Amino acid sequence: MTSPAISLENLTVTYNRHPAVHHVSGALARGSLTAIAGPNGAGKSTLLRAIMGELKPAEGSIRRSVPSRDYGYLPQAADINRRFPVSVMDIVVTGAWKRVGAFGGIGRAERQKASEALVAVGLEGFEARPIGSLSAGQFQRTLFARLLLQDASVIILDEPFTAIDSRTTQDLIDIVLRWHGEGRTVVAVLHDHEQVRAHFPQTLLIARELIGWGPTEEVMTAQNLKQARALAERWDETAPVCEVPA
Amino acid sequence: MSAYDLLIAPFMDYGFMRRALVACLCLALGAAPIGTFLSMRRMSLMGDALSHAVLPGAAIGYLVAGSLSLTAMGIGGLIAGLSVALLAGVVSRMTVLQEDASFASFYLISLAVGVLIVSLRGSNIDLLHVLFGTILAIDNDALMLIGTITSLTLVALALLYRPLVIDCFDPGFLRAVGGRGPLIHALFMLMVVLNLVASFQALGTLMAVGLMMLPAAIAQLWARTLPAMLAISVVTAFVSGYAGLIASYHLELASGPTIIVAAAIIYVVSLVAAPSGLMSRYIRRPHLAN
Repeated sequence: MTSPAISLENLTVTYNRHPAVHHVSGALARGSLTAIAGPNGAGKSTLLRAIMGELKPAEGSIRRSVPSRDYGYLPQAADINRRFPVSVMDIVVTGAWKRVGAFGGIGRAERQKASEALVAVGLEGFEARPIGSLSAGQFQRTLFARLLLQDASVIILDEPFTAIDSRTTQDLIDIVLRWHGEGRTVVAVLHDHEQVRAHFPQTLLIARELIGWGPTEEVMTAQNLKQARALAERWDETAPVCEVPA
Repeated sequence: MSAYDLLIAPFMDYGFMRRALVACLCLALGAAPIGTFLSMRRMSLMGDALSHAVLPGAAIGYLVAGSLSLTAMGIGGLIAGLSVALLAGVVSRMTVLQEDASFASFYLISLAVGVLIVSLRGSNIDLLHVLFGTILAIDNDALMLIGTITSLTLVALALLYRPLVIDCFDPGFLRAVGGRGPLIHALFMLMVVLNLVASFQALGTLMAVGLMMLPAAIAQLWARTLPAMLAISVVTAFVSGYAGLIASYHLELASGPTIIVAAAIIYVVSLVAAPSGLMSRYIRRPHLAN
């Protein structure tokens, strides 16, 4: 058994000392395809941001077995200025950062790869289109093309299919499955339980506390989901200091 | 009066006009692209605030040198501008104040302190020079300073172009791939302050951002790609500088404000006539089939 891609040990991440992710332990196996499920406010995005190193753990630790440049990260509603005057091609080739860095030239080979990535996401011929003219679905396809170019060994997607029509969602799920087939580790936050059951072998169900983490059919039970809903809604302004031993 | 007398002779006859024109060229090449990036980062007003922040340092330089020594004022202005940029950044990270709020506070303080320092020692004429610039009094030393700043800016822009552009439209991506966004931002702010110091020499503290922000706004009205915007901003800044100098020479107007007014005229024309301007709203063109 190889070492896991990412392992969490008693991880707690807080906002204003209130835990958003509370004492979570476990490991993401290399090459696994994992859905992160849970109600709104369950700490799903927080967990991903902690894994990406954007948030510091209040307690516990995260061990990552690959260097951070080998991560591909698609944040929720990516904070991208859509009015910035760049083209689809400009966005996609930024995915070559790992290979060209800040100063390296972007040669014909990278542009060729970028064009192929655009074909793969169904945006053939969109190279010169300004990003401001894209629909939400086309823009998400563009970001997936960039992820393809990044060639990352760990891919982290935060609600990648929100506000996207079913046709686009299906195309993008196919790309996720292709990544899985190539042996990459993929983690995605999803709200649609049907998508989770249909495509994701592993599930991490969280409601600030870890409810379950393992094979999807064992985790996504009616009882677990009910428990998750109840836990996520709990918020105590005057909560005492947590005494759970490390 | 021939075209030669009108358009070229002032620069042939007078050294100060030539130096002023070269200064305008430098500012156009350096400050205008920086201004375009500033407004792309939605920091237009930050540039304005920083330009006032340069004042107290320049005023202290003026006190120390005892006269309107542009070099002493330039060094003082550089230190003051960088300090305010740093302080505003620190305050916004350590307190609840957003960066724009802390900038607004610091520039008011700087402007007040600067004017006080100048009036402590100098005459009202000196104060006018500090506030509105002395582009016709630029000597060779000051020109060297401005030229050096422009050269540094162009080299830095060439080196930082890719991370700077990514940091403008997708800072989260730059963070995720380890692209040192904060360092890029700091270097960019350094370039902003350097160009404000250069611009301060020519246009004074109140209008130093003029050749930075007006050409940037004009460029955004006309162009749809970033390289075109940068090119248009440089050209309009230089045309404004040239036209302003010519007009101020023949009409005996103050040259700094005339340059800014020239840029303002181009801006107003662009507002109306540019593809995304006002006129396009009132001229109905038939929609396309697909």
